[in-house]
This record gives sequence, structure tokens and C-alpha cells, in this order.
Amino acid sequence: MGGPGRLDAAVRFEHAAVRMAGRTVWSDVNLMVDYGQFTAVLGPNGVGKSTLVKAALGLVGLSAGSVTVLGRPAGQAGKEVGYLPQRRSFDAGLRVRGVDIVGLGCDGERWGVPLPWGERLFPARRAARDRVREAINLVGAAAFASRPIGQVSGGEQQRLLIAQALVRKPRLLVLDEPLDSLDLPSQASVAALIARICREQNVTVMLVAHDVNPILPYLDCVAYIAAGTAVCGPPESVIRSDTLTALYRTPIEVLRASDGRLVVVGEPEPPARHTDRHADAAAR
Amino acid sequence: MSGATLTGTGLSWDIAADLRQLLQFPFMVNALRAGTIVAVAAGALGWFMVLRRQSFAGHTLAIVSFPGAAGAILAGFSAIIGYFAASVGAALVIAALPRSIGGRARSSESAIIGTIQAFALACGALFVSLYGGFLNGLTGLLFGSFLGISDSQVLALLSVAAAALAVLALIARPLFFATVDPDVAAARGVPVRLLGVVFLILLGCAAAEVSQITGALLVFALLVMPPATAQQITARPMVSFALTIGLGLITVWLGLAAAYFSVYPVGFFVTTFGFAWYVLAAALRAFLGTGRHPAAAVPG
Repeated sequence: MGGPGRLDAAVRFEHAAVRMAGRTVWSDVNLMVDYGQFTAVLGPNGVGKSTLVKAALGLVGLSAGSVTVLGRPAGQAGKEVGYLPQRRSFDAGLRVRGVDIVGLGCDGERWGVPLPWGERLFPARRAARDRVREAINLVGAAAFASRPIGQVSGGEQQRLLIAQALVRKPRLLVLDEPLDSLDLPSQASVAALIARICREQNVTVMLVAHDVNPILPYLDCVAYIAAGTAVCGPPESVIRSDTLTALYRTPIEVLRASDGRLVVVGEPEPPARHTDRHADAAAR
Repeated sequence: MSGATLTGTGLSWDIAADLRQLLQFPFMVNALRAGTIVAVAAGALGWFMVLRRQSFAGHTLAIVSFPGAAGAILAGFSAIIGYFAASVGAALVIAALPRSIGGRARSSESAIIGTIQAFALACGALFVSLYGGFLNGLTGLLFGSFLGISDSQVLALLSVAAAALAVLALIARPLFFATVDPDVAAARGVPVRLLGVVFLILLGCAAAEVSQITGALLVFALLVMPPATAQQITARPMVSFALTIGLGLITVWLGLAAAYFSVYPVGFFVTTFGFAWYVLAAALRAFLGTGRHPAAAVPG
């Protein structure tokens, strides 16, 4: 699939703005994600990172500018986009297997009832079952996919949910805070998994995170949202003291720890956070 | 023993003879027909209700059928109209309660539902005393009765159940999606909120049907016990759904037979059999251990 020289990017925001509840969340956002790239949407809590991916998915309308996804207006790429919303947790008592949750990614919105023994009668059902199995193997979830989803760990649930988003073989995978509330080893392994899917399956990945460190080694591009707008580019040119200082218009320092981790110091808290959260919940 | 005068010879150890004896009276045949219809409808809707954690709403829908039926009798209508009107009406009220898609408003929702439930029960008590202090069949309304079910009642139960099951079959997969994974379902264009409303109406129909067999207070015997038992036994949706229907049928058949051969209310027997399956399944699961060989499991 085309490289950076290709005219139509996988995701392209042009002078985009979103207003919610009478307030501009961000404006004049220009963002280009090339095919096959791993892009992170970064920024402190409450700046509208989720709103950005929802705008790309067509779940939130723009008040200005334009956004195209896979060459089409947002929301019209259908099956070619896999979406994993912000952290969902499953009730520990939910007696439904992981494999069933993954299977819903395949045909969950179709009306009707799946016929029992349909797999033997219909080749399409067999193909769907094979795709579910393939996605489960791809994320390394085969060992626990048959257990009730409420009884597997957070990292294992996240792998199953990634499999669910991948089951229709999307060209673009949009993940909203997939590493949130995972322990550090799970964060590292899920980040490595997403990077591997991006490279091996040639899937464009757009991932929302508030901590860049677990994904830093894999990133091609970063969109940093702050102060009502965004800067985009390769991580080494965006996550720098001068770039973030210019973005926030207040002194920001980016420090590199001895183990290579980046620490952003001096980030101001975004204003009016509570209304942001409510607007987010209402838009969901 | 009054049961013996009603039933003739009573229970013997000859199962064929017992069955023949059971089926010789039209009222018993109608009771079995009605019980079968109700068990299937309750199992199907109850399976989703347990999965959706809406048992409390389901119970309330059944409780309001009591003032519904008592009020209808008081006003001179057939009780069956009261059952359905009250339960479906209450389903619409519960559906209109504000509630976020993710289900975060549930705690306040249950308080409102509880308030409605208590008031409904109080209205039922009022209607019964307005009727003249003694409403024939008050215990039937509350704890179930299988006597005097007419052919037209069986037909009414069958038509409502068939309609409810047809709608359920149409929405089953997206409803399952919206139940276990509402955020992704909504992002994929499933009308999560609308499905919730439709489901509550169907649940109202099922609760009204079950109330007519087990009584308003014991609907959980067919609405909760079979699906809860089945979901204990297996986490495979198709298998546990089929198991739910099977358990409901066995429960209602055994309950009706036991009630026929004894003098005690049918609601007691149906509930006791349902409870027995649940305890057996829970004991079995505890005995086998909950983390059953995860490494050996193969998806598909």
C-alpha cells in the first residue's frame, strides 16, 4: 500500500474543528496519517483525543474543515475500519466466552438469529468462524478465548477486543486508550502486539494514549493535542521542549530518563475539564 | 385428602397410568399447554434478562400484573387483559427512565423501579379490598393457579408468546451484541437504546404470561431460575439458551404434575423444581472447580 508519497492518506484532517456544548474542543487541526503507519494521538486528559478519533470515525461531526478516511468522508469506510472504544470492562460474572465476543465483531449487527449448526450448512458461516479463529491466533489469545470473558485478566481482555476489531480485516485500526488501566508488563506486550499487527498485516494504526512511553519505540508519527489544537509529525520532532513550548505558549520541558523514557514536565491542566467529560459522554 | 377426591386415584408408581390420569381432564391438558407456552417464552426472554442484569425490572413487570389483573376484574374485564396491559405499560414506563447506554445510571434506576413496584403492589391490595374484601383467587393471583384455564386463554397466551418470540428472533443477535458490548455495538450502528426499549416490552409480555401460571410473586421460577442455571452450566450462548428452554419445560411439567397429585399451590412446586436445578448446577460447578482447564480449551 502506498508510501508517504501517495496522494490520499489513510486519515487526513484539514483545518478541522469540533464544537461541543457551545465550546470549541479544538480547531485548525491538520493531521495526515499515511497508509501502514503507526500513529499515536497524545496529550493530557480532557483535551479531546477521543473526540479526534470519533471525528475520524464519523461519530462526531466537524464544525469546520474536513476529514477523509481511506479516501472517503468520515464514517463511510464501514468494514475497512476497526474500532476499539475507550476501556470497557466486562462484569466478572458475565458467562459469555471470549470467542463469542470476538465473533460479534464479525456479524454482531446483523438482524436475526444465527442458526444452530449453520457452520455445517453455509460456507459463509464457516468462513466467518475461520476468520474469528485467525484473529484470535493473531493476537495470541487461543489459550484463553474459550473462557468466560469476565474471568480473564485485563491484558487478555484487551487482546480479545483487539481481535474483535481485527476480525473483518480492516485497513485502519482505531484504538482509544487500549493500554489504559493495564499493568506495565501487559502495556508493553499489548503495545508490541499492536505494532506487530501494523507491520505484518499492513494495517494503519491510530492509537490514543496519554502516556507515550510504552509505544514510543514503534511510532512513525505523533499527533499531540493541547491548547485547543494539534501538532503532528515524527515523534522526535514533536515531543521536544521547543515544539511543546510553542504549542502550549508556556515553558514545557521534555526530559529523557536513563532508560529512554520521555517525561513531559510543566504541562498545564486543560481548563473546563468537567464539561469536556460530559460532552464526551453525551456524544458517545 | 381433598386432592384425592379431585383427582380420583392419586399418584401411583406406574408412570404411564399417572400420565393417562393427568391427561384425562381438559383442565389439566389446558394447564400443560399453557405451562409449555409460558415456559418457552419465559426461558427465551429470561435468558436475555439475566444476561442484561435486568432481573429487578423483570420482577417489577410481573408484580404490576397483580394490580393489573385485580383492577381488570374489579372493572369487569377479563383478568388476562389486566395482566398484559399492566406489564406492558410498566415496561414502557421503565423504558422511559433516563439511562445512559453504558448502564451507569442503573443504581438510581433500580431505586425508581423499586418505588414503582411497591406502589403497584399497594394498588393491588386496594383493588382486592375494593372488590369486596374477598377476591376469589387472590392466592391464585399472587402464588399461581392452574385450574380453570380456558381454551381461549391458551390461545391468547399462544398468540402473545408467538408474537414476542418472533420479534425476539428478529433482534436476537444485535440484542446480544448490545447486551455484552454496548459501546462497540453502538459504534457499529446497532440501535442500542431502541433495542433496550423493545426488549423491555417483550419482557413485559413474558412476565404477564408467567404471572398467570406461577402467580405474580413467583415469576422468577420460570424467568430467572432456568437461565441462571443454564448460564452456570455453560458459557456457550447457543447451548445455554437451549438448556434454558429445556429446563423451563421440565420445571413446569414436573411442577404441574406435582400440583395435580397434591393439595398445594402450583407456584410452590414450579419454584421448588427450578430452585433444585439451580442448586444442583451451582454445587456441580463448585465441585468441578471454576477455572476449568483453560489451557486445553480450543476456540470455535
